[in-house]
Amino acid sequence: MSVSLVTVSYLGATILFILSLGGLSNPETAKRGNWYGVIGMAIAVGATIFGLRVFGLGEAPIVTPSGYGYVAAAMAVGATVGLILAYKVRMTQMPELVAIMHSLVGLAACTIGYASYIDTSIKFTGAEHVIHEMEIYVGVLIGAITFTGSVIAFGKLSGKIGGKPMLLPLRHWINLLGLLVVIWFGYQFVQAAEISNQNAAIATGWVPLIVMTIIALLFGIHMVMAIGGADMPVVISMLNSYSGWAAAATGFMLSNDLLIVVGALVGSSGAILSYIMCRGMNRNFISVIAGGFGTGEGMAAKKADGGPQGEVNPISAAETAELLKEAKNVIIVPGYGMAVAQAQHSVYEITKALREKGVNVRFGIHPVAGRMPGHMNVLLAEAKVPYDIVLEMDELNDDFPDTDVAMVIGANDIVNPAAQEDPTSPIAGMPVLEVWKAKTSIVMKRSMASGYAGIDNPLFYKENNRMLFGDAKKMLDEVLAALRA
Amino acid sequence: MPQTIGIPKETFAGEKRVATVPEVVSKLIKLGFAVIVESGAGNYASFFDDAYAEAGARIAPDATVLWSSSDIVFKVRAPEMSEVALMKTGQTLISFIWPAENPDLMKALAAKKVTVLAMDCVPRLLSRAQKMDALTSMAGIGGYRAVIEAANAFGRYFNGQITAAGKIAPAKVFIAGAGVAGLAAVGTAAGLGAIVRANDTRAEVADQVKSLGGEFVKVDYEEEGSGGGGYAKVMSEGFQKAQREMYAKQAKDVDIIITTALIPGKPAPRLITAEMVASMKPGSVVVDMAAERGGNCELTEPDKAVAKHGVTIIGYTDLASRLAKQSSTLYATNQLRLTEELCKAKDGQIVVNMEDDAIRGFTVIKDGEITWPPPPLKLPAPPAPKAAAPAPKAEEKKKGFGVGTAITFLVGAGLFALIGAYAPAAFLGHFTVFVLAIFVGYMVVWNVTPALHTPLMSVTNAISSIITIGALLQVAPPFVPGRPDDLIRWIAVVGIALTSINMFGGFAVTRRMLLMFHK
Repeated sequence: MSVSLVTVSYLGATILFILSLGGLSNPETAKRGNWYGVIGMAIAVGATIFGLRVFGLGEAPIVTPSGYGYVAAAMAVGATVGLILAYKVRMTQMPELVAIMHSLVGLAACTIGYASYIDTSIKFTGAEHVIHEMEIYVGVLIGAITFTGSVIAFGKLSGKIGGKPMLLPLRHWINLLGLLVVIWFGYQFVQAAEISNQNAAIATGWVPLIVMTIIALLFGIHMVMAIGGADMPVVISMLNSYSGWAAAATGFMLSNDLLIVVGALVGSSGAILSYIMCRGMNRNFISVIAGGFGTGEGMAAKKADGGPQGEVNPISAAETAELLKEAKNVIIVPGYGMAVAQAQHSVYEITKALREKGVNVRFGIHPVAGRMPGHMNVLLAEAKVPYDIVLEMDELNDDFPDTDVAMVIGANDIVNPAAQEDPTSPIAGMPVLEVWKAKTSIVMKRSMASGYAGIDNPLFYKENNRMLFGDAKKMLDEVLAALRA
Repeated sequence: MPQTIGIPKETFAGEKRVATVPEVVSKLIKLGFAVIVESGAGNYASFFDDAYAEAGARIAPDATVLWSSSDIVFKVRAPEMSEVALMKTGQTLISFIWPAENPDLMKALAAKKVTVLAMDCVPRLLSRAQKMDALTSMAGIGGYRAVIEAANAFGRYFNGQITAAGKIAPAKVFIAGAGVAGLAAVGTAAGLGAIVRANDTRAEVADQVKSLGGEFVKVDYEEEGSGGGGYAKVMSEGFQKAQREMYAKQAKDVDIIITTALIPGKPAPRLITAEMVASMKPGSVVVDMAAERGGNCELTEPDKAVAKHGVTIIGYTDLASRLAKQSSTLYATNQLRLTEELCKAKDGQIVVNMEDDAIRGFTVIKDGEITWPPPPLKLPAPPAPKAAAPAPKAEEKKKGFGVGTAITFLVGAGLFALIGAYAPAAFLGHFTVFVLAIFVGYMVVWNVTPALHTPLMSVTNAISSIITIGALLQVAPPFVPGRPDDLIRWIAVVGIALTSINMFGGFAVTRRMLLMFHK
């Protein structure tokens, strides 16, 4: 493959990647979109392995035949691990899988940056050299933050690390100090590159590069540790975005347009998702990243006046089944609790039983339900719930007054009326599903504990609300048995 | 003994409406009343005697029999003196009365020792009284009919068209006064395809005009024109001057003017002068809905359509009556609602409870005693002043946004300038690609449905394994002396292995997820 042919292959791969993302916009075309991505990747990797690069005045292979063995071995190992993960993972664990995969991209960006740094064959001069060094520095920086940030996100999502935000005193100052140190060492790093003896230059640059890497790794940990579990959808999309920017930075470093384009595509895609998630919670990006949801003064004030008090009305599984049987319109609002209890299959069985009886059952999905964007949709799809009865919040929020039963399964903050009724609530202004407007709402919960935002939910005390206590899966199975009886 | 409700034939010349319709008769009977209808009462509104009889009403041969055998009389127009003469002590009359304009009638009715409930005195601002508000329902019909009359007199289409025979511009309609009648006219004219503009001294109706497809024309002068009771008030001289200028400008431009301006207890304001009419295009139409109260247009002649300066000026005062079937039905329903308020026990007996705000409001004579005007209603303060407060805030926010945008653009421009000044050409090429790719990503991803957010993330995740290219470039490059090849190779091998996990795992898991999505 000549140099030009490689360039054209990269262009083709770029187009396929764009088509791939475009295809993902709609369930009908999504499968094709995924295949576009696979083909694009195959072309890009194939062209790189078997292509030529400009070398001196002529052309030389990008990967000399001596490297084929290494490449094949490395890819075989990676492919095996990747495919095993892909087919073993349960749908409820998707957020963890995505998080850990982001960390791999971040780590790869670091390794490539380091390898590029010690590569003495790359010879630039003047501004080009400075820019190259800066690209390495920035690439490693983003890669390192993505790496540890994703690892911590993985830990939080899989329950290996507690979900509560860890808030160090003066944390904003610590972050600011870290940033200043990183900038200072960045300056040192570029200065080191000015030394004319290349080996000496590399030796001098090591210190700033390594110190910066350590700070970036710590910053990644600190950043995600400070973010509460309810904000995970934002964090995941943000890390998704970072992994893209890391790829783009690597592209600049290696002067490779394919990497730059794909990195930018992924980066902006993740940024848009973060924005959508933030809007779903009525919070701005900075406040999510600054962390500490559920610890604000609003809650303290709430605690002081005792919060909403009152009687809750418990209900049994058999009574729930009766209510559902007599209803015409039912809306089910699933949350993270459904994922934890692995209850999506029972939910589908109930849906099927009710639909056979002519009940109009629909699902209302809040943008930030679950732990990553679209988490609930994937779970319901896994349980074979048809996607045309799974609706977004905006599509059915006005329909609650005409709904006989609204069933909330393992969700809390996304159905909290305090968001609309109590301006002092920490979630005030967050768009919520208005289940309390239904004739009856049923909330399935393990106990009266509060949700991730750590605030009480006045919904539970509403007159038309019933509480079905117990493990979601067990209770739903009982409801299903009663429905079939 | 249930009370009997009597429906006489309207005696006013040209009045085609009737106070109740067969459908409502059966509902009145359900409330426990007996109903008697004068023969031929509904003929002009296409409700005939047999329909009333079928609904359960008795038919009285003439007015004398009817008035003498009724305890309660439903009418549309205020009674004429000949009808007052037929009334008996203790009878109740429910009808339009206009007590302010008809003091003699009031005296005559009081002398008869009767109870009179005036449909025109229903307190419109009481929300539970709105179902009884016949002024509103009649005004709505009037507004509709005004447009129909205008269309009838106007020699062109209302809607713009492009036909084989040439292009037709849409008619321009200007509506003065956006009360109930005005708004109905806005909706009707817009529905016919005309370009509709409307003006009112009350600024708060602007949104209503827009919601019906019209355009609100403001008078260039600051003054609040809401006069309570849903009516406008008399405005200051400065305002009136500005208003006249605006009307003069509109008159030159539009094809049809419909005026609906009324101020309670005052003659209709003069809005359209003779000069304005003269300045209109020949063939234009003016419909003056205030003709009965003196007219908004100087040249209006009540009850007539006249042509002056080539402009047809319609001053019909019976617009609602011209749509007799519709207006009778709505009027009958308003009266039914009012009767329900009076007869809460549903026992066929009305109780005029003067403690009730609504009933107190429309009871103008109680057992021969004039009780009009009623004491002012205690209503919660209108929210208008409150609404004014948040408005500037919103503006501030907008302004803030403008500044924010400007700053963003300035910072962006500054960065671009910096890059342009210092970066080498090779970098700029990559930078161009980078920025454009961000925009492509933005455009492509923005349309993704929320249901697919997880697959989108896992596919972007798989695609970001493209970073493996970087490792491939490093793993076994052509030989160059002096480079630590072994070290670089092992770092690259690690990189390739890591990204391969993403590459294969990411696409595989996306495929697995997508296979589950089905309709």
